[in-house]
Formats: sequence, structure tokens, C-alpha cells
Amino acid sequence: MTVKTADVIIVGGGVHGASTAYELAKAGVKVVLFEKEYLGSGGSGRSAAGLRQHFGTETNLHMAKYNLQVFPTLEEELDTGMPLEFTQWGYMWVAYADSVLAQLQKNVDLQRSLDIPSVMMTPDEVKARWPYLCMDGIIGVAFCGDDGHINPQTLTLSYGHAARRLGATVKTYCPVVKLLAENGKIKGVVTEDGEEWHAPKVLLSAGPWSTPLAATVGVELPVYPERHNLLITEPVEVFDCPMVLCLDDGAYFKQCPNGTFMFGRDDPGEPHTTECSNSAKFLEGVTKSVLKRIPALSGVRVVRQWSGPYDNTPDHNAIIDWTPVEGLLVDCGWSGHGLQFGPAGGRVCKELLMGEKPFVDLHRFRLSRFAENDLFFEPAFI
Amino acid sequence: MTEKKNIICRCEEIEIDEIREWINAGYTNFEELKRILRVGMGPCQGRGCRDIILRELSKATGKPIAELLPGVIRPPVKPVKARLLAEDNE
Repeated sequence: MTVKTADVIIVGGGVHGASTAYELAKAGVKVVLFEKEYLGSGGSGRSAAGLRQHFGTETNLHMAKYNLQVFPTLEEELDTGMPLEFTQWGYMWVAYADSVLAQLQKNVDLQRSLDIPSVMMTPDEVKARWPYLCMDGIIGVAFCGDDGHINPQTLTLSYGHAARRLGATVKTYCPVVKLLAENGKIKGVVTEDGEEWHAPKVLLSAGPWSTPLAATVGVELPVYPERHNLLITEPVEVFDCPMVLCLDDGAYFKQCPNGTFMFGRDDPGEPHTTECSNSAKFLEGVTKSVLKRIPALSGVRVVRQWSGPYDNTPDHNAIIDWTPVEGLLVDCGWSGHGLQFGPAGGRVCKELLMGEKPFVDLHRFRLSRFAENDLFFEPAFI
Repeated sequence: MTEKKNIICRCEEIEIDEIREWINAGYTNFEELKRILRVGMGPCQGRGCRDIILRELSKATGKPIAELLPGVIRPPVKPVKARLLAEDNE
């Protein structure tokens, strides 16, 4: 059997794998990416793809700010002919309890200290600006008008397409079945077809599928899947409805640039599975909850529902770190906010893989924090 | 904007030439074309275009249609008004 080689192997063609492949190819590195289906077929393409700078820790805010610097010109930069559908119609966090409002205020104070244009708004201000929202019981919101939406499918596919154009090898429908290590060092991967690829550095960015793959070289990742559901409606007239996240029952909705509406709602009873099955319970619960806040949509038709896995960690923050196996880097465990971190994730992974200093301090993302019981607490996660 | 001539996906107004262009660019299955062009994402979920696209993919790849991945049709299959889903069913 011939063994093929590369400088860097990427396992997982979600947005982080694809953006890293793009950054490395741009830097002239010989990179090969393996994806078990099509690019974005895991959590990335199934994401609600809200873009926000509402976080409550400096580390996440620095990276979120970078993402929002990249998105406005990314379609032009990648130049693939695929529309990224980037909009900045804003992102709203709606508080129904005093303690929640106080935390939002703290987050906004931190955001403003980093020049992020977030504001707190009263129920009357919300009513005046978005008269179609019916926010009975709210006590205030945090809003950032620079935040918005992107198409998660074309984002991931475009990164992959541009990476290919720059010389990267992107292998779709080519699952990796195990990693290979020797004497404590990473050696390569084996694909389902039995092909062996060797490289001195491997990035594992396979979302919840990272855990079983890391285990093949004895690395334990505290990352597990959790199913989340979304639906999309038929298109209606575009009125720039922002992303609205209701912090009472976790319901959220937004208008997409083609006029459709996306509804979602988090449900702690959802199964911990990567299987993307559908739930009728979700359809009933989410429509009930969202129509309460935006009754004008009651006659709009629901077209499709789907689900996809979050890749949760115990503290709902990512792991971006070298593992105890030399040369094996992981970038996974984003716990539901990973799609929008595609630009920042690609950049720091490229920097780590090329031995450069990452543009943000990644200490909080280290793998050993779980064993050390020094968790990365982020007050703004959903 | 030039007038579109040969639309095969009426939900999203996609022409056969656009399908062929992306197949030529290397996207040789329905799942990928769906995500690049939105074919099959509209209210009919590909009832009109799926067979035509699979025929094009079969021609391009030399594989019989039966061996191609046909993509997924998602619930509720036919569009349903949101308020009907939200009604109490107890």
C-alpha cells in the first residue's frame, strides 16, 4: 500500500476545518482535509448561524470582534461565486428576570469597553423600534446592531472551494476511521477506504465526532453531542427582523435575507446524539413560543425542519489546544456557537500549526482545564 | 439582469445552466448542489427539480440514477401554517 503524505492533515470539514485549510493553503502549506460527507454536513451547515458580539469574557469578545471584521468582505475575498448572505440586522438578548438583566448589563459594559457598539434598551424603546414584536413580560434587552446572519452552508463550502483553488486537497465522502500515533507523536490517519496518510501535524476539528477519533490515539475529550432543532418558513416581505433570543424558554427567531424566518428553541430534554432525526414536539413547542412574540407570522407556512448536533463541553466553551500526543491539535467543543467563530478559529489554528503566536491568548481554551477544575465560565452562552 | 431562460427550480428560480456550471466545478451530488443553489430548499422541496438534477448528475458522473444520493425531504413535507402547528392538540 502506498502511503500518501502532507504537511498538515485536517480531520473534519466543518467551518473550522475548512477555514483552517483555506488559511494554510494561502500560506503555501501542503494541506489535505478529510470530511465524512459533504462540507458542512455536521453541525456547521445545520447551525442557526447567528453572528454576535454578545459575550461576557474578553477572550470570546476579542475573537467575536475579529469574526465581525472578516465577514463583511469575506465573500469578495473567497470569490467563489457562492453568496454568503451576510446581513447586519442586529442580535437581541431579551431578559424576563432581574438577575438576567443585570448579567446582560455587565456583558454590555465589557463589550463597550472593547469598542463593541452594544446597548441596553427598555421595553418601550424596543416597542418603538420594532412595533411588530410582542414582548409581554420583558424587562429589558441587550442589542448590538452590527451583529447579524450568514449562510452557514455557503460559508463552509466557500472556504473549502477557495482552499482547493489555492492548492489544498479537500476529500469529501472520505471518513477517517482512526488516527495513527507512534512514540507519543502523531503520524497520520487511516480512511474508511483503507488509505493511509501521514503528516507531522494533524488538526482534529470534527465537532462531536472528534471524541471517538481522539480516543483512537488515547486522547480523552470531554465533548459530547446534543441534538438541536430548527425550522424555516416560506419567504415573506423583508423587514430586517433581527435575531431575537428570549431568555425565558430559549426560543429564538430571525429573518433571513431571502425573507424566510428561522425559528429555534433549546430543549434540555433533547437526546445526546449525532443522529439528525426530527421531532414533532419541537414543531409544536417552537411555533407556540415564537408566535407569542411575533404574532404577525401566524399565517406564514413552515416549510422544513431539521436538526443537528452541538458539540458540548462541560463549560460550554471550545477546546483549542495541542493534545498530549505531539503534533495533534484539537479545535472542537464549541457547544453551539462555533459556526460564527469560523474566521477566528481558522486563523488561530493556522497560527498554531505554523508555529506562530496566536493573535489571541488561548489559555482559557486549553484541554487541561477540565482535569484542573479551572473551567472557562462564559456568562453569555445559549 | 438578463432574463432567465430555462428555469428548472421554480421555488428558487435556478436555471439548468447554473446546475451544469456547478457540476462542472466538481459538485457532483444533490446534497452539495442543494446547499450552493438552494435547489430543493423551497416550498416544494425539489418535487419539480430533483429528477432533472439527478439526470444531469448521472450524465456527468456516468453513474445510474439509482446509485446517486437523492437528498433529504424534510418534515412537514408540505408547507403548514405556523398557527396550525402551534394549536393545542390536547
